[in-house]
Parts: sequence; structure tokens; C-alpha cells
Amino acid sequence: MTPSATTDPLPGLVGFATALREAGLACDAHRVQAYLAAVERLDVADPAQLYWAGRLTLCADPDDLPRYDQAFAAWFDADPPRRSRSTAQRPQPPKLAALVAQHEGEGAADSDGEQLSVAASDTEVLRDRDLGELSPAERRHLRELFERLRPRLSTRSSLRYRQARRGRLDPGRTLRAMLARGGEPGRLAYSRHGPRTRRLVLLVDVSGSMNPYADSLLRFAHVVTRAAPASVETFTLGTRLTRVSRQLRQRDPERAMLAAGHAVPDFAGGTRLGENLRAFLDRWGQRGMARRAVVVVFSDGWERGDASLLGEQAARLRRLAHRVLWVNPHAGRAGYAPVQSGIAAALPHLDRLLAGHSLATLERLLVEIRDA
Amino acid sequence: MTGDTTDTTDTTTEPAGSPEKLAHVLEGIGYLADEGVATAAYLAIRMRKPLFCEGEPGTGKTSLAVALADGLGLPLIRLQCHEGIDAAQALYEWDFPRQLLHLRALEAAEGGHLDVDTAEQSLYTERFLLARPLLRALTSAPCVLLVDEIDRADDEFEAFLLELLSENAVSIPEYGEVRAEVPPLVILTSNRTREVHDALKRRCLYHWLEHPSVEREIAILRSRLPGIGERLAGQVAEAVHRLRGMELLKPPGVAEALDWARALAALDRAELDAAAAAATLGAVLKYSEDLDRVRARLDTLLG
Repeated sequence: MTPSATTDPLPGLVGFATALREAGLACDAHRVQAYLAAVERLDVADPAQLYWAGRLTLCADPDDLPRYDQAFAAWFDADPPRRSRSTAQRPQPPKLAALVAQHEGEGAADSDGEQLSVAASDTEVLRDRDLGELSPAERRHLRELFERLRPRLSTRSSLRYRQARRGRLDPGRTLRAMLARGGEPGRLAYSRHGPRTRRLVLLVDVSGSMNPYADSLLRFAHVVTRAAPASVETFTLGTRLTRVSRQLRQRDPERAMLAAGHAVPDFAGGTRLGENLRAFLDRWGQRGMARRAVVVVFSDGWERGDASLLGEQAARLRRLAHRVLWVNPHAGRAGYAPVQSGIAAALPHLDRLLAGHSLATLERLLVEIRDA
Repeated sequence: MTGDTTDTTDTTTEPAGSPEKLAHVLEGIGYLADEGVATAAYLAIRMRKPLFCEGEPGTGKTSLAVALADGLGLPLIRLQCHEGIDAAQALYEWDFPRQLLHLRALEAAEGGHLDVDTAEQSLYTERFLLARPLLRALTSAPCVLLVDEIDRADDEFEAFLLELLSENAVSIPEYGEVRAEVPPLVILTSNRTREVHDALKRRCLYHWLEHPSVEREIAILRSRLPGIGERLAGQVAEAVHRLRGMELLKPPGVAEALDWARALAALDRAELDAAAAAATLGAVLKYSEDLDRVRARLDTLLG
């Protein structure tokens, strides 16, 4: 596979880019063009320079780097320079990678959806039915009901000023208006801080115990995402943390669900809520995603082993976020008490513990989100 | 598609004949670039593409731009992004109060008979144009333009920046087009608080910066703090390296390592022992949880 030095290197380089695309990197024609331009300007006989030419032009995300290293080693039959160190030194991704490695193969993607078609049942009854106990036909009907939800996110004050009748004097606009009148003073212009959508972060537990609800909750996440694509972020919690925001931003619900299912490797596997939450906060939350945001955790709070890490991370989340809501499908049942180790550890750090087992309870959740 | 693949030589490429030469130039002014950084900067200069730097805080993203400006002998123009930044703060603004004064002065001089067209023309001239960093970068190119923490700006601003970067020109309705004769060398940095749009990344070279290795960190400490002893530099670098492996809320960057070494030097410590470490830990760790965790394991930190 190694292109020899005497032949035209172009097919080899383009082939490498194709191999990267198959490995999941977004190297489009524009990037390949840049790659070829970079190769032209470097000494490609040196494997290190060949490596950097591609890494600088074809990668666009720290997640791309391990895949690039792998593809580079396979294609050019050369070790990427500093590979061992670079993986050891990237502090965030290895934590995620470590989680995957330990649990590889635990739970496969649940791709076969229900294909049954049965007559639709009564809407009002369906609204209060437990999402985990629906028949395939009811599930289909519910999807239509989901489409009719009109989520609205809460707002906060933006730093940007907007025109207003009252507020701060806007000298720029006032003077511009005067200029238009040849310097005659006129009405004063004012501005004030405009509203801005507050970010919403959804963390959906997709472990085995949440399996009956995972599909509906992700659909719910899709509906909310479509209402404000730029302000909603969704992650799944299982044996590892997976970001599915991008997948859920697609308009078509079936496509979005398919893409999300594809992205999440651990449907119905185990849970490591504490570690997942830490991975989220380390990599995303603390850097800004959770700051001033409304964070909603969908989970039954079953934590394997010691729950102290979960408590610690929930406290950390509470300090970063504007509101932390925990939605537990079991919380709506009669006789429910938050005694599971996980929820018990997290409870002191939550703003609200809500039920989330039916459409009606999810509608109530939307009201909470709007008023947060 | 406007991929710029023209190869040209101009004053900006002069000290950068190859990545090694560029690294050498940067080393001369105290920035120790590893192979990746040197290649990235070299390609950014030669391909005239903006360089998009991401990485943990404290890995030298911003100082790379400062060092490049210094090393290439170009002026550095810095645009610090923040939420709500708009064209008026980043690109240009008209100086309305002065325009108004000028207009009144003209009126007084002409005795009330103002020629509207000439008066208007005299208003929209360079005199009254307040150039903000991006416009200054276009007019004073060749230069190094640092767009710092682009992830803090809104996505609308990103689209605006994208347009400017691909055209290297901007048109001001009342004034005309301002085009850079030589495109500025653009360094964008991001801390990944938010995903930057792919369209912007696609125009750029992408580099992920990592924390330096122990040897490199020792070299950085010794070059930035000439007075520091070899033993202390080695101990600080080793300890910082161990701290990064401790799963802290905020792993220390190079800046913290430098601060720590400075703090120890200020206390006249020639070596890092448990007492000195405990007294100065606040220079490297900024979260009380991290401090507690490390204090409990101070012996493992010092090896």
C-alpha cells in the first residue's frame, strides 16, 4: 500500500484521504485540496512531515486525532511520530476511551425498530400511559404526539444591546439620526440588553434499566433540539458518554434517531453515572457548556457500586449550571422514594426531581424548562 | 471554492524556509515550538491559510501568535472575542461625534450655504473612521492577527469572520472596499467551550496543542526564567507532569508551571520539597477540591 517514491504520489494521497473519510473524518474536497497543497510545501520523504501535513489539514477535532494516527499507520506503513506520547498527553479523550475499552461489546446497538402497524389508540389516555409499557402501535402514535409539542426554552439577558424605547442612551444611533437631519437634534435613541436563549443540556441515560424509555426520551430530545438547534445539546450516558447533539439536529425524526442509534455504541449496557458525569463536566461542562445552562438528567439513578463520585460530580454540576433538573421515570409511580444509591447521592444537589414516564409528565418538564 | 494554493514568496516567508528554521527563529525569542507547532505555523505562512489552534488552557496557543509576530518582525494585532462582540467592536465604527462637529464647523464656515455632496464626501473619509482590530489587520498587513478565544463569540460573528478571512477584504458602504495587499497571518484560538462551525474550520489549518513533554517543559522553564536552577526546573516540570495525570478539575498548563517556578524562586528555594510545595501549591492549582486532593498525596507528587 505504500506509494513508492518514483511513481506519482497523488493517487496514494487521495486514497489516504478516502480511507480517512471511511474512518469517519469529515475530509471533503476542500480539505483534500489543502492537504495536497501542504504536501507540496513539505518534504514528504520525511514521515514526520508527511504525518503533520495530513494532521493539520484533514483533522478538525481532537476526536479525529486517534483515528488519523491509526489510518496513517495503516496506509503509509509508518509509525506516526510521538504517537504514544500524544495519546498519553491528551487529558480528556483518554478518559472516555478508557471507559469504552473496559466495556467493549457490552450491549449492541438496538437497531431493529418495531414494524407493526395497529390502529391508533385514544390520545388522552395515551398522554398518561407509561412510556415503557406501550405497544408498538401506541408508540407510533406517540411519535406523532411528540411532533406536536412546542418546546420553548428559557431566556437570559444577552450582553448585546438592542434598540429599545427605554434603557441606556445609544449615542451612535442618536448621532446617526442627527447626521441624517444635518445635525439637528431630535429624538434620543435608547438601547438595552436583549434576551438570549438559555442553553439546554440533556443527559439521557441509555443503560439497560432505562431501556424501555430510551427511545422515547431521545425522540423527546429531538423535538426539543429542533425547536432551538443551536441552544440544545444532548448526550447519552451508558458505559460511556456520547454526544448526539449533531445527530439530533437533523430535521427528519426517523433519520435523526437512526443517526443517534448509530452514534451510541452502548444502548442497554451498564451505567456509570458518576464517571459519565465527570467526563461530561471535564470535557464540555466546565469549559462553558454547562455554565448558565439548564441541565436535565434523565435517569433512574441506578448506580453500580459506590455512588460517592456521582454525588461529588452532581455538586460540581450544580455549581456550574443555572438549574439542574433530574427526571426519573419511576418518580411518578405511587410509593416511589428516592432511595437508589445514585439518586440518593445526587438529590441534595438538584433543583427539582421530576417524573418523566409519560407524555403528560414530559409536557410538565417543558414548562419547567421554559420557566427555569 | 476559493482554496488559495498560489505559492508566493514575500517578506513574511523569509525567515521561514522550513519548519526547522521557523522553530529555530521562535526559539531565539523564547518560544520552544515542537515539530507539530513549527510545521503548523510554517504551513500557515506558506499556504496563507489561517491557523486554528485548539487545546487545553495553558498549552501556548496565544503565545504562539505573540512569538510568531516577534520572530517574523511583524506587528501583532489582537482581537479578544467575547459574547456579543459585533462588527463595530471588531471591524470599524464611524466617529459620529467628530463627524457632527465637522459638519457644524463646515456650516459655520460656509455661512449656512452648505454644498451637500461635498460635505457628505468630507464626512466619510479615513479621518472619521475608527479602525478596530480586523480593519487594522487588513490595512497594516503584513501582520499577525490573533483572534483569541473565538469560541466565546456568537456564531453570527463566526460567519462574519469567515467572510473576512476568505476574501481578505471588507467593503464599507460609505467608504469603499478595503483590501489587504498581503493577507495577514491569522491565528485563531479556541478553548472548545462550544463547537466552532465547520465552515470556519474548513478554511483553516487545524492544530491541537498538547502539554509539552517533561524535557520540553524543563527547557521552557529554563529559557523563560534564566535565573532558575536546573534542579528546581526539573523538579517543577516533573511535579507538574504528575499533576496532569491526577484527574484534577483543572490540570495545570505551562503558564501555571512558570508561575510556580517564579513563586519558588521568589521564596529563594533551590529545590522543591514538601514544605515548599505545600506553601506554593496555590500558584498551580486554582480549585479547592484540587488542592485538597493533591495535599493528601503530596509525597507521590514529589516522587
